[in-house]
Amino acid sequence: MSEALLHVEGLLTSFPGARGARLPVVDRVDLAVARGEALALVGESGCGKSMTALSIVGLVPKPGRIDAGSIRMRGRELRGLPVTAMRRVRGAEIAMIFQEPATSLNPVQTAGAQVVEAITLHERVARGEARRRALALFEQVGIPDPPVRFGAYPHQLSGGLKQRVMIAIALAARPQLLIADEPTTALDVTIQAQILELLAGLARETGTAILLITHDLGVVNQLADRVAVMYAGRIVEEGTRAAVLAAPRHPYTHGLLRSMPSLARPGERLAEIPGVVPAPDAWPPGCRFEGRCAIALAVCRAREPERTRLDGGAAVRCHAVAGESPQ
Amino acid sequence: MLGYLLRRTAWGAATVLGVLLFLFALFFLYATPQDVARRALGEKAPPEAIAQWLVNHGYDKPAVWNPADPLDTRLAEHLRRMLLFDFGRSDADDVPIAQRLRDGVGPSLSVTLPLFTLGLPLALSLALLVAFFRETYIDRVGVVLCVLAMSVSVLVYILGGQYLLGKLLRWFPISGFDPAPSVLLRFVALPVLVGLLAGVGANVRFYRAVFLEESGRDYVRTARAKGAGDARVMARHVLPNALIPVLTNVVVEIPFLFTGSILLESFFGIPGLGSITVDAIQSNDFATLRVMVYLGALLFIAGQVLTDVAYTLVDPRVRLG
Amino acid sequence: MEGHVLGNAFAAAIVLLAALAAWRLRASAFWRERLGEIARRRPIATVVVALYLGVALLDSVAWRDAQPGEASVEARSLLDRAFPADFRERSYSAPLAAVEFYGGAALAHPGRHLLGTDILGRDVLHLALGGARVALLIGGLTSLIAIPLAIALGLAAGYLGGRTDDLVFFLLSTLASMPSILLLVALIMVIGRGPVQVCLALAVTSWVNFCRVVRGETLKLRELDYVSAARALGVSELRIVWRHVLPNLSHLVVITFVLTFSQLVLSEAILSWLGVGIDGSWGQMIDQARDELARDPIIAWNLGAASAALFGLILAVNLVGDALRDVLDPHTLRERT
Repeated sequence: MSEALLHVEGLLTSFPGARGARLPVVDRVDLAVARGEALALVGESGCGKSMTALSIVGLVPKPGRIDAGSIRMRGRELRGLPVTAMRRVRGAEIAMIFQEPATSLNPVQTAGAQVVEAITLHERVARGEARRRALALFEQVGIPDPPVRFGAYPHQLSGGLKQRVMIAIALAARPQLLIADEPTTALDVTIQAQILELLAGLARETGTAILLITHDLGVVNQLADRVAVMYAGRIVEEGTRAAVLAAPRHPYTHGLLRSMPSLARPGERLAEIPGVVPAPDAWPPGCRFEGRCAIALAVCRAREPERTRLDGGAAVRCHAVAGESPQ
Repeated sequence: MLGYLLRRTAWGAATVLGVLLFLFALFFLYATPQDVARRALGEKAPPEAIAQWLVNHGYDKPAVWNPADPLDTRLAEHLRRMLLFDFGRSDADDVPIAQRLRDGVGPSLSVTLPLFTLGLPLALSLALLVAFFRETYIDRVGVVLCVLAMSVSVLVYILGGQYLLGKLLRWFPISGFDPAPSVLLRFVALPVLVGLLAGVGANVRFYRAVFLEESGRDYVRTARAKGAGDARVMARHVLPNALIPVLTNVVVEIPFLFTGSILLESFFGIPGLGSITVDAIQSNDFATLRVMVYLGALLFIAGQVLTDVAYTLVDPRVRLG
Repeated sequence: MEGHVLGNAFAAAIVLLAALAAWRLRASAFWRERLGEIARRRPIATVVVALYLGVALLDSVAWRDAQPGEASVEARSLLDRAFPADFRERSYSAPLAAVEFYGGAALAHPGRHLLGTDILGRDVLHLALGGARVALLIGGLTSLIAIPLAIALGLAAGYLGGRTDDLVFFLLSTLASMPSILLLVALIMVIGRGPVQVCLALAVTSWVNFCRVVRGETLKLRELDYVSAARALGVSELRIVWRHVLPNLSHLVVITFVLTFSQLVLSEAILSWLGVGIDGSWGQMIDQARDELARDPIIAWNLGAASAALFGLILAVNLVGDALRDVLDPHTLRERT
């Protein structure tokens, strides 16, 4: 992983809790995305995936803040970067698309103007040139009839088209990394497939790396090269898509897979993981999954498992796995 | 869009009719003509004088239904006069009301117009400042100041302003009015200053809430993710969207300026519509009071229709359906 | 019926209602928790509001001492009885002064008038405390008239929709389009002056706001799944409204009540200024001070006491109201109302 484009180490993001205490929502997370690679960050809602993404681009909403860790983009540390320098990173180096296309576009600006803004924020180009490039982006993301859609307001576009406009905005300044936070969750199933295909194709064409944040393992299967599974603020398992989806090691990943209709084996009953993700102020001292785990040991309650390296760059955080394959 | 505007205008017209009917019920049905006449002429007025007064002021007709001539009723007369702006004479001193209004509009506007044109930018820019520094010391102090300012009665502002600036510091004349342009400003300054102070707290708080609500929206996050800076996000994204609720509040304030000036005018001796209203209250002049309520409502309704027109210009969701 | 008997009845009604509400709310974990949270967030403001209420209630309970032989003695409230029976001077005296302000004649109670006396020689502290009762009367009686009316019409409009809704909405926009101070004055001039009339007029102008809130929320609640589910199960419409819609409105009504309260008291002050207010209100005291500031040397304690009393109540109620809104309803009303 020497060629990593984005390198996150020990990222700790917290929100204020009761009586002045800080509650971590992202707890010492390590991540690496290589050039042109698609990494999926998977987990149930409330496990800290979106906060990880917002931490990377420095947009953690107040009163949350990053307490520790390092975020390096092409070797340059982003934490502590002056505001103006960070602004040049956003959009130009790391772009982002969000879950809700319906509310993520400015309702009183035309779609075209919002794409043009994304270009002119980072490059000095003439107005005509910016418009020409925006139209080309419309074409590239598969928006039919670009000149008409260019002047349309968001409320005149369908959900799928809005998300395409969001993608056009994200690609406008030719970023090296695209963070897609649940890009298809709010869309119809048929549109979902189109948007995923579009993202995969664009990534191939432009060589853009993707950090895909999702709770949907079906989406992971379509798009990701590697997978990192997040649970209660922690990365609990990571590895190549094939390894994680075909032979998951962590009991949580197991549970996630068995609860997916499309990936469950035929004839097998769909299983659910009992309980919910514990809130940050209710994290147990031991393994955070211990309360919901079917194979929990005595040690799981007492001590949080260390990260165990496995073959092929994979890693897992589980006492049971560490026990059967000693390092 | 045209259909929308037509619908809103028709609704406005219906509301005007509702106001007129309400006023009729209050002033002609609940308060009997004899009541009104006795209040105007005094309890001991001779019956003939009352009868004559009733005829002079049109109070002698049947209230709602006249079998001989359906249009010759107090209701029809009331509606006809109000809709044609033929307001008749004061119940108290027989001066034509329309003439009073014409004389009063100038002095009234000389206070409310500067109050409005200074107050709106002042409140908006203060709110923008406070919202820009949200979750900081400036914001917290600003909000506390707003709540404090809101909790003081207008009366205290008026008395305190006059005493402090007029009497103690002698910056302005204590009260009075002179329409001559050279001295007008001196007389108007104090009431405008007091009016600004009395209104700014509530307005800043409201606009701050609007700005903060817009700042929390998803599209603002998108703009930040594009690489837009704080100032640009405020000016290009938050402000144009916040303008929509702000617009509603601004138009809603027009009639409040009209009524707010009742206090300022009567206290600072400005012979405007507010003073006319206070005189009408003090002399039991129902006819004038009725006209003032009607005009106030008319202004408000016209303002609402105007807001709707403004919406179609500002908000593409309304403009384009 | 005599004034003080009515006052007693009103005070008893308020205490009874408050006790009933407290008893009902104690049973609900939701309310117990939330109200506790408000007291924690705004401890001082809550205590201040409670103090004002206490003073107002003390001043509402009044009786006449049986004094055989004397024909008419004014009824005196508990608050009045806290002051000496004959606590009057002939005219102005400064706070804690030993002599009259103008002329310097000796006072009957030298050094005893903490906030001085007014033009008629009445103790200003006593008057200022007495204003609390008037404020409570304005807020209490007005709400007692306005809220039931607003809930009934708002529920009907929001739940039944159609023609009923059109009619109620028409009524609302008609009343809302008249400038409220002018409408208030017009109403009071036509129906007559007096505390009950003033509250009635205030109710006419303030129910509009309540009704809007109730109607809007009912429209939303009507579309919710659990209401549709209840209807699908064959629960009667009246029962749905009573059991499922009304309880979900209560917090909005409480918030609107508190936020409207300060508006009502401030409106009365303006009415006093215009000469159609309620006797004994802070507004009337401020109104009197118009001339007092023009005197030389000026009389400031009367105005000061009334403004401070008014400001203290309004500020405390505003702070409690804000906390109430933040705790009970983070979304619907926000800071917009």
